[in-house]
Amino acid sequence: MKNFCRLNDDEIKRLEDIAREIRCSILTMVSEAGVGHIGGSLSITDILVALYFKVLKINPRDPGWPDRDRLVMSKGHGAAAIYSTLAEKGFFPKEELKTFGLINSNLQVHPDKNKVPGIEASTGALGQGLSIGLGMALAARLNKKDYYTFVILGDGEIQEGQVWEAAMFASHYRIDNLTAILDYNNVQLMGNVSEIMEIAPVAEKWSSFGWEVLEIDGHNFNQIIESLYKAKEVKGKPTIIIANTTKGKGVSFMQNTCKWHGSVPTQEEYIKAMAEVKK
Amino acid sequence: MVAMREAFGKSLVELGKKNKDVVVLDADLAISTKTTYFTEEFPDRFFQCGIAEQNMMGVAAGLASCGKIPFVTSFAVFVTKRPADQVSVSVAYPKLNVKIIGAYTGLFNGRTGATHMAGEDIALMRSIPNIVVIDPADTNELSKAVEAIASYCGPVYMRETRDEWPDVFDSSYKFEIGKAVTIKDGKDATIISCGVMTSQALIAANDLEKEEISVRVINMSTIKPIDREAIIKSALDTKAIVTCENHNIYGGLGSAVAEVLVEEAPVPMLRVGIKDMFSECGTNMELLEKFEMDPTSIVKTVKKVLIKKKQREF
Repeated sequence: MKNFCRLNDDEIKRLEDIAREIRCSILTMVSEAGVGHIGGSLSITDILVALYFKVLKINPRDPGWPDRDRLVMSKGHGAAAIYSTLAEKGFFPKEELKTFGLINSNLQVHPDKNKVPGIEASTGALGQGLSIGLGMALAARLNKKDYYTFVILGDGEIQEGQVWEAAMFASHYRIDNLTAILDYNNVQLMGNVSEIMEIAPVAEKWSSFGWEVLEIDGHNFNQIIESLYKAKEVKGKPTIIIANTTKGKGVSFMQNTCKWHGSVPTQEEYIKAMAEVKK
Repeated sequence: MVAMREAFGKSLVELGKKNKDVVVLDADLAISTKTTYFTEEFPDRFFQCGIAEQNMMGVAAGLASCGKIPFVTSFAVFVTKRPADQVSVSVAYPKLNVKIIGAYTGLFNGRTGATHMAGEDIALMRSIPNIVVIDPADTNELSKAVEAIASYCGPVYMRETRDEWPDVFDSSYKFEIGKAVTIKDGKDATIISCGVMTSQALIAANDLEKEEISVRVINMSTIKPIDREAIIKSALDTKAIVTCENHNIYGGLGSAVAEVLVEEAPVPMLRVGIKDMFSECGTNMELLEKFEMDPTSIVKTVKKVLIKKKQREF
């Protein structure tokens, strides 16, 4: 297994460039479709870039490769982010992003695993992806394969009871070939998570359920990648990376507000947002 | 006679020997559902999930997406209602190869009463797209169905009950998903039944024969996809239908049959089943009688539908 080495400036720049492309894609897709979830897609972008361009053992030309790493986007409303990342990585042509959310499209607003190469689970109804990821991790054990499973959770999502059933199961079965990543942007549809249904103290909760807990800045590539490698070294228990992120990251007027959980920009807002991202 | 749950537990082991991808998940009820036999034989392929059915269903989905054939087992009430969204979104929508087994169905749940009564599981499962729904009549059909559903590629919900019930078939029986079987021919009326109620329907039909009323009995163990041809033929031939099920009269076999009749061959029809009420503790025979689902009640219902049939002819 590769050890983590701190990224040099060129590598960071490369990842930042990719992230910029993906943020532009997200804004364009949602604006043109008239539907989608910008805030939560922008907050997870850097983590997805790190995973798909530095960590995951995958082959865009063979999405069904049995030994591939699995990534379950449990917060399925982050579809715009994962579609843009998969397209950028070469899983399907970027032109297809224009069909997002349209009738007859493969790119549904919440991902359909039978319609998009690279999508491992049909998510969107929150709280279900961690369980699915655990099934994949168990299958790896049964099949004696060393692929790794990653599950991306939303913070509002962990209000769902099923997530805690899964958390108990993971530590009971000492699952160490799965890492969960929490997109902790503290904003959900109706408002701040802490006002709607407080989930804090998050680190203590996961730790008390028997998980190894790492906390990072979810927009710092070195921290993201280092934590992903560290997680793989933890044996006998699962790991969660609590990524402190900003909802709407990259567009000043979209940051830290529930308004941009599911709103669609006006033409004027779109132009302003794109200008900021491209800077 | 062997208890249905015994037959299920043993069939699962036989299946596990033939197919290494079969795995079993349980929610703290293995000793009741008899998946303990599988655990003893294949401990590495059995996953105890604790009293947490929603997670269990998701784990099954994950296993299925990697080529395993999970049999997710618990009491029918707990393996359908609690994880209904998980069944719909994680299993049925992506068409994953998960086999959901609901034990202790309907009234016959070992005297555990209303909270453990599955009176709506057929209604729930059949209204979710992509799920095959099966309720076998006896241990012979159950054993064959276990194999058949493992060979079928896609989500399945299969019911099985707890105790001993009379045989309807013998070991030579060949089960086919989606195919209803006429087990007694007749011309005055047809009883269409599923699950353990088929044996009761047969007793009722034989009783009616003594009164020179000729009743056809069809075992319709696959409720979805339903055998439309068998329903239409029996409607055209006998012009009177009674359905029997160990389930609420709303939403289950009776409703499924009525849907076909109304569209294709409307004839008088009455339903025998749980009359939209919660059950209580009692032996199987006590409950059958109290809830008017025993052969005496089935006979009465057939006679009622024959009156309706006669009224139509004038």
